[in-house]
Amino acid sequence: MTTIFGVPAAALYGQLLIGLINGSFYALLSLGLAVIFGMLRVINFAHGAQYMLGAFGAWMLLTYAGVGFWAALVISPIMVAAFSALLERFLIRRTYKLDHLYGLLLTFGIALIVEGAFRHVYGSSGNPYMTPPALAGVIDLGFMMLPKYRGFVIIASLAVCLAVWFLVERTQFGAYLRAATENPRLVQVFGINVPLLLTLTYALGAGLAGLAGVLAAPMYQVSPLMGQNLIIVVFAVVVIGGMGSIIGAVITGYMLGVIEGLTRVFYPEASATVVFVVMAIVLLLRPTGLFGRA
Amino acid sequence: MTSRPSDSTKASRLPLALAVGAVVLMLFAPLAVYPIFLMNVLCFALFASAFNLLIGYVGLLSFGHAAFFGGSAYIAAHSAKVWGFTPELAILLGVGFALVLGVMIGWLAIRRQGIYFAMITLSLGQLVFFVFLQSAFTGGEDGIQSVPRGHLFGLIDLNPTMNMYYFVLTLVVAGLFLLYRVVNSPFGAILTAIRENEDRAISLGYSTRRYKLVAFTISAGIAGLAGGTKALVFQIATLTDVNWHMSGEVILMTLLGGLGTVLGPIVGAAVILSLQNYLAGSMFPVTVVIGAIFVACVLLFRRGIVGELSAWLQRRG
Repeated sequence: MTTIFGVPAAALYGQLLIGLINGSFYALLSLGLAVIFGMLRVINFAHGAQYMLGAFGAWMLLTYAGVGFWAALVISPIMVAAFSALLERFLIRRTYKLDHLYGLLLTFGIALIVEGAFRHVYGSSGNPYMTPPALAGVIDLGFMMLPKYRGFVIIASLAVCLAVWFLVERTQFGAYLRAATENPRLVQVFGINVPLLLTLTYALGAGLAGLAGVLAAPMYQVSPLMGQNLIIVVFAVVVIGGMGSIIGAVITGYMLGVIEGLTRVFYPEASATVVFVVMAIVLLLRPTGLFGRA
Repeated sequence: MTSRPSDSTKASRLPLALAVGAVVLMLFAPLAVYPIFLMNVLCFALFASAFNLLIGYVGLLSFGHAAFFGGSAYIAAHSAKVWGFTPELAILLGVGFALVLGVMIGWLAIRRQGIYFAMITLSLGQLVFFVFLQSAFTGGEDGIQSVPRGHLFGLIDLNPTMNMYYFVLTLVVAGLFLLYRVVNSPFGAILTAIRENEDRAISLGYSTRRYKLVAFTISAGIAGLAGGTKALVFQIATLTDVNWHMSGEVILMTLLGGLGTVLGPIVGAAVILSLQNYLAGSMFPVTVVIGAIFVACVLLFRRGIVGELSAWLQRRG
């Protein structure tokens, strides 16, 4: 058996793959957080709940309406985005003129309500969600077996991150968005509906969380509390990356997923805490984060 | 909030009278209310007041205070149960642990402000949670159970509920008094200056970082006092107390009672615990209610119960 640094190669590749998968979710979620924060200056604590809603949306569509994975991949994030747009319009909007901490506290309250309500109805145990038939089975890569679905998740999340980058950096809508981030009043004077822009941005960020939730559904159990601990790790990822750039959020997400996977190979006891330790080190060396601006 | 020096004699007598009245009331409260519940309220009132020192007077939102509360509970429980420490030493060791942890977490977290500070304390709190989860001595999901309350100074048996009650009352009043002294000292005035305008405080020559770190450490230590005491009251230390939900709960207590008020955290703790007690018997999901109160507090009354009341009184008088 081949070994690398005294570790069986297969185990190493396996954990690297899991790290890349986790990194895909970190990237998607921290990307959504960064998009929302960049525009609204709100740290969206409800992000974990929106991720859970995406997964539950897919599960409910299948269970109650017989709608399959591919349709749910589109419908569920849109439902999450629509719900979140309402949240922004009627609740979150009222905190923009206050200290930013109130936005965090408000979205924390919303997360508690949503997760508590789902737990009340569905209990805290998980519900399985079938892998779509087209992606069942494995591909032999020569050096390891890759489950098709996991490969799909990595490619899909990369594609989505790229698409969001393109949307924000290369389109007219993105230009408005960036301009409004710099100077909302001036952009409003030019006749652009800034409040609507804010609602759309929040919906976009939340929709990304919903999409991550749908992608997660076939791999993890769909449960009301699935987003709760994940969101804290993602917060740490955001602190590490700094919220300066979209690319930064994505790169940091993948990087930490891989670091976590490697830790699981070489020092399993620390795998749950390594992201937080990296955060502490980055705070010591570069308090504004790897990609952050002061 | 602060009174002018000219009417300070009159203004300073009222809170003093209130405080003395409250302590006298608490001396006789066990005659009317279940003492274990009262002790729980006392511990959380102290915990929330310690948290309030940061958010209310320095303007720092710590989302990781459960680490100090629950961490101290574990240390106190372990030293009382396994090492046979007397209760006052067990709690002291818990406080010592919380102080050391407070210096470490505070030192890292005060590098950033505002929202980042909240996220960093949340993450470091979660780090502490995992460390306790994986440590052998904490008993994992079971926690440390049947912790002996022991004999105070080796003399007074704390197993009778009333003995324990007056021990807890003494500790909590002492802790609250300490916080009150900190807030109303020159040090406290500088903290408020940092909250209002940190750049200006720096330009006046204050090393604001050092002040923040000291405030954070005091807050952590007193949160530890509350946690260690609670562990002896209930004779158990579990993951619940070190979990981030606990950090959220103490934020809610303080927010509901009134940020930056002396009485607010105490009122908030009493209201939230009564509510949880009441809801536990019903079918209604507690988390949803807690979340709804959060939303209502942020959108409708940010000054909290005590803040709104005192504003109302000021308008009338």
